[in-house]
Amino acid sequence: MGFLMGLMPDDLIMLALCIPLFTAVGIYLADPWPNVREGVTLVGSVLLFIAVVALAPHILAGERPNLALTEILPGLEISFTVEPLGMIFALVAATLWPINSLYSIGYMRGNNERKQTRFYIFFAIALSSVMGIAFAGNLLTLFVFYEVLTLSTYPLVTHAGHEKARNAGRVYLGILISTSIGLLLPAIIWVWYVAGTTDFTAGGILAGHISGPLLTLLATLFIFGIGKAAVMPTHRWLPAAMVAPTPVSALLHAVAVVKAGVFSVVKVVAYIFGLDLLKTAPGIEWLLYIACFTVVVASIIALQQDNLKKRLAYSTISQLSYVVMGALILAPLSLVGASLHIAVHAFGKITLFFAAGSIYTASKKTNISQLNGIGRRMPWTMTAFTIGAISMIALPPAAGFLSKWYLLMGASQEQQYIAMSVIVLSTLLNAAYFVPIIYAAFLKPEDPVQERDHKEAPLPMVIALTITAAATILLFLFPGLALELAQAVGVPVS
Amino acid sequence: MINEHLPALQVVVPLLAAPICFLILINRLSWLFATLVSWLTFAIAILLVMEVHDGTVLHYEFGGWAPPWGIEYRVDILNAYVLLIVSGIAAAVFPYSWKSIQKEIPESHHRIFFTAMMLCLAGLLGMTITGDAFNLFVLLEISSLSSYTLISLGRDRRALTASFQYLIMGTIGATFILIGIGLLYALTGTLNMTDLASRIPALAGSRTLEAAFAFLIVGFGLKLAMFPLHLWLPNAYAFAPSAVTAFIGSTATKVAIYALLRFLYTIFGAKFSFDYMQVHWLLMPLAVTAIMFASIVAIFQDGMKRLLAYSSVAQIGYILLGISLVNVTGLTASLLHIFNHALMKGGLFLILGAIAYRVGSTNVKSVAGLGQAMPFTMAAFVIGALSLIGVPLTVGFISKWYLILATLEKDYWPLTVLIVISSLMAVVYTWRIIETAYFQERPANAAPVTEAPLSLLIPAWTIIAANLYFGINSGLSTDLASSAAKMLFAGSL
Repeated sequence: MGFLMGLMPDDLIMLALCIPLFTAVGIYLADPWPNVREGVTLVGSVLLFIAVVALAPHILAGERPNLALTEILPGLEISFTVEPLGMIFALVAATLWPINSLYSIGYMRGNNERKQTRFYIFFAIALSSVMGIAFAGNLLTLFVFYEVLTLSTYPLVTHAGHEKARNAGRVYLGILISTSIGLLLPAIIWVWYVAGTTDFTAGGILAGHISGPLLTLLATLFIFGIGKAAVMPTHRWLPAAMVAPTPVSALLHAVAVVKAGVFSVVKVVAYIFGLDLLKTAPGIEWLLYIACFTVVVASIIALQQDNLKKRLAYSTISQLSYVVMGALILAPLSLVGASLHIAVHAFGKITLFFAAGSIYTASKKTNISQLNGIGRRMPWTMTAFTIGAISMIALPPAAGFLSKWYLLMGASQEQQYIAMSVIVLSTLLNAAYFVPIIYAAFLKPEDPVQERDHKEAPLPMVIALTITAAATILLFLFPGLALELAQAVGVPVS
Repeated sequence: MINEHLPALQVVVPLLAAPICFLILINRLSWLFATLVSWLTFAIAILLVMEVHDGTVLHYEFGGWAPPWGIEYRVDILNAYVLLIVSGIAAAVFPYSWKSIQKEIPESHHRIFFTAMMLCLAGLLGMTITGDAFNLFVLLEISSLSSYTLISLGRDRRALTASFQYLIMGTIGATFILIGIGLLYALTGTLNMTDLASRIPALAGSRTLEAAFAFLIVGFGLKLAMFPLHLWLPNAYAFAPSAVTAFIGSTATKVAIYALLRFLYTIFGAKFSFDYMQVHWLLMPLAVTAIMFASIVAIFQDGMKRLLAYSSVAQIGYILLGISLVNVTGLTASLLHIFNHALMKGGLFLILGAIAYRVGSTNVKSVAGLGQAMPFTMAAFVIGALSLIGVPLTVGFISKWYLILATLEKDYWPLTVLIVISSLMAVVYTWRIIETAYFQERPANAAPVTEAPLSLLIPAWTIIAANLYFGINSGLSTDLASSAAKMLFAGSL
């Protein structure tokens, strides 16, 4: 597969967009043979990984490869430009897709889920749109793929097809479509109207075009219009989406979809507004406070959830707002923290979801109160869970420590004391809702009556969650690549 | 040689083909002939667009009588663009109609159907191409009378009352238009549009001129279903045969809008219409009410044809809103939406016809389980619905983009909010259908259904694919619409 490494960067962008689509076609054709179908998914996901990795050296070398596809309206193109932030996001998604595919195979078969072919097809399409978002060269392209991602994940959320899933699907679409069409799209047209372009440019494109309260209004439209970032009160779709099969919750609703949201926020702040311009917006700190509020309140709600996936979902909402905070502190250091957190949280949270899914597959347990002593039956799963939780709390040696460090440094540089105290407070809250689970799993005696006698989950699932847990630690020990990319976010190429 | 007669052929070919359709006694041959003629008409329209897209204006004197005495056909970018839309939709509906009417119209009426469709097409094309105000009225009546016939062919007996209702309202509208044209003739002594345009400025302040203007606005308002003159439309669309709904629903109101624009800009001139008569302050509130009211009503409809009919009233509201902004971007948005809405509604109504063909009903409940049973039909419906909502990569997005840009240029941000809210209402009323199709099982006692026949699917998919094509590569439609808008503004100053 070395030939992929030698390709031109713009060919690699094309490949990254097309490989998942071809994979979807292949999955459709292989419908009658489940083993071939799963083979197609695995091969496709590995190829995507190679294509994205092959792009990374170009970006590190300071290149910003560009690919223009078609002109939708005069002067308004569907075009792609790879820059460091997009590279981080694409790398995270492309790394986790093969692992998640491995996990999906175990989960979907282990639970005898229906309509598996449809599941894998929409999964692949969702990955293609994630690549489109990561590499989008302007706001319009970002918006197009943002909507494709919403629509392609809708069948995954409603996968079970029952009344509850359908209602959840309504909340999911209702919030994501109404915020994007209602707020994000007008914001994009507004940017186009005042600046005459929507291209992502390091340092921003709006300076000199808009100022004062209108600037704050525009920023507000973006923050709430990007509903996938789940800043309160647009967060309700995320807990609703938890009716989906766990691999969907893991890759899409802990990594791809939610990260597409916070990625867009960071991208807009760094590449459309520019930190310096946004600092002049009156009352902009209130947006930061809303993110702080989301961090704390989501953590408090998480404390009260007994359903494990629900607790993880609220934890995700809280962690996403870290990234939004990082962007809105408006310091270069906190921007590094925000960019890092996109990667760091992805590895930690996917591990936690993998663990939740493997507990469900092995024992059919969904609630935290049922988990007493489960660590002895499922040592691999619960060890991985512990590593993921440590990363969420942000303790060394897990990667969560890194991003929080940068966030704190940025906040102190800008003397945002409220943000600093929120970071500290939420660390305590994170500990409060994760440590009891770990304690119960390993130290409490098992309930005497067990519905089923079980051991570890199927092997593919255990392999997958071990890899992501290991990656969480490795990312702490060897942060070089991620850090180098994060530090280049929003910095113009000299 | 033949090229210089293209403007005449555009109308004469379908007009002469209409009686021939009736004289061909074998239904299938009559249909084949009609289909060929519709394609020929489409080809003529394409040739005309190619001739005028650089700004040339074609003049054709009927029978060699020089205007202003004779009837003149005058083709510029604006009407070439509308001709393209009307004949393009016809070229997809005629091949579709054969299969569709087998189950909806008794065999004895098939030839009447083709004849009336052909007449309707000729009338609409004639209204668009003519440069003579009275000729416009005559052709309007041809298209209206044939559409009353077409609507009454619906198999539901309520089609008769719907047709009668439309007949009454349509006749009132046509009468108003005739009175308006009559007053103009009494004032100026001419019926040629260019001639009228040159004489009207001298008559500024005339009460008769103002009356003529008012009669024409109300008359065309009825024909184009401007709120609150839209009452004929939902029943007419709901009870007409599917092919008729698809054709009339995507062309008839558009041509009436074209005629309105012709009168506002070319004949009366923007100065008189907007500076003096301030007609945009009439159009804007009506457009806003139409968008809100019709979208809300659409949400509560159980019949899909009626649902889309109310959605049409709302979409016509968008077009009028763009006109009422009185800037080039707004007018471009309106003209684009004439094109784009024809594609959306044309495609969606053709799909409803395919559903009616297999299931026998177009009630929202009847699509339950069709996501599995008719995957291609329902996939096309989803794309059409996304286009109606205005999702990027579909034509709906292009219209919305220009319309929102136009409201921003004017600093009318409440209108921006309105457009956004009504797009969200489109999500609500289309998603109900999509959810039913994909998440509900077909009732256990219902007869099994299979995918719609190709002769219905291919025309429907062609138009749906055009929704995507012109959404991704909007060069053709935006160029034509924006040059036409610039021409209207430049010509009337």
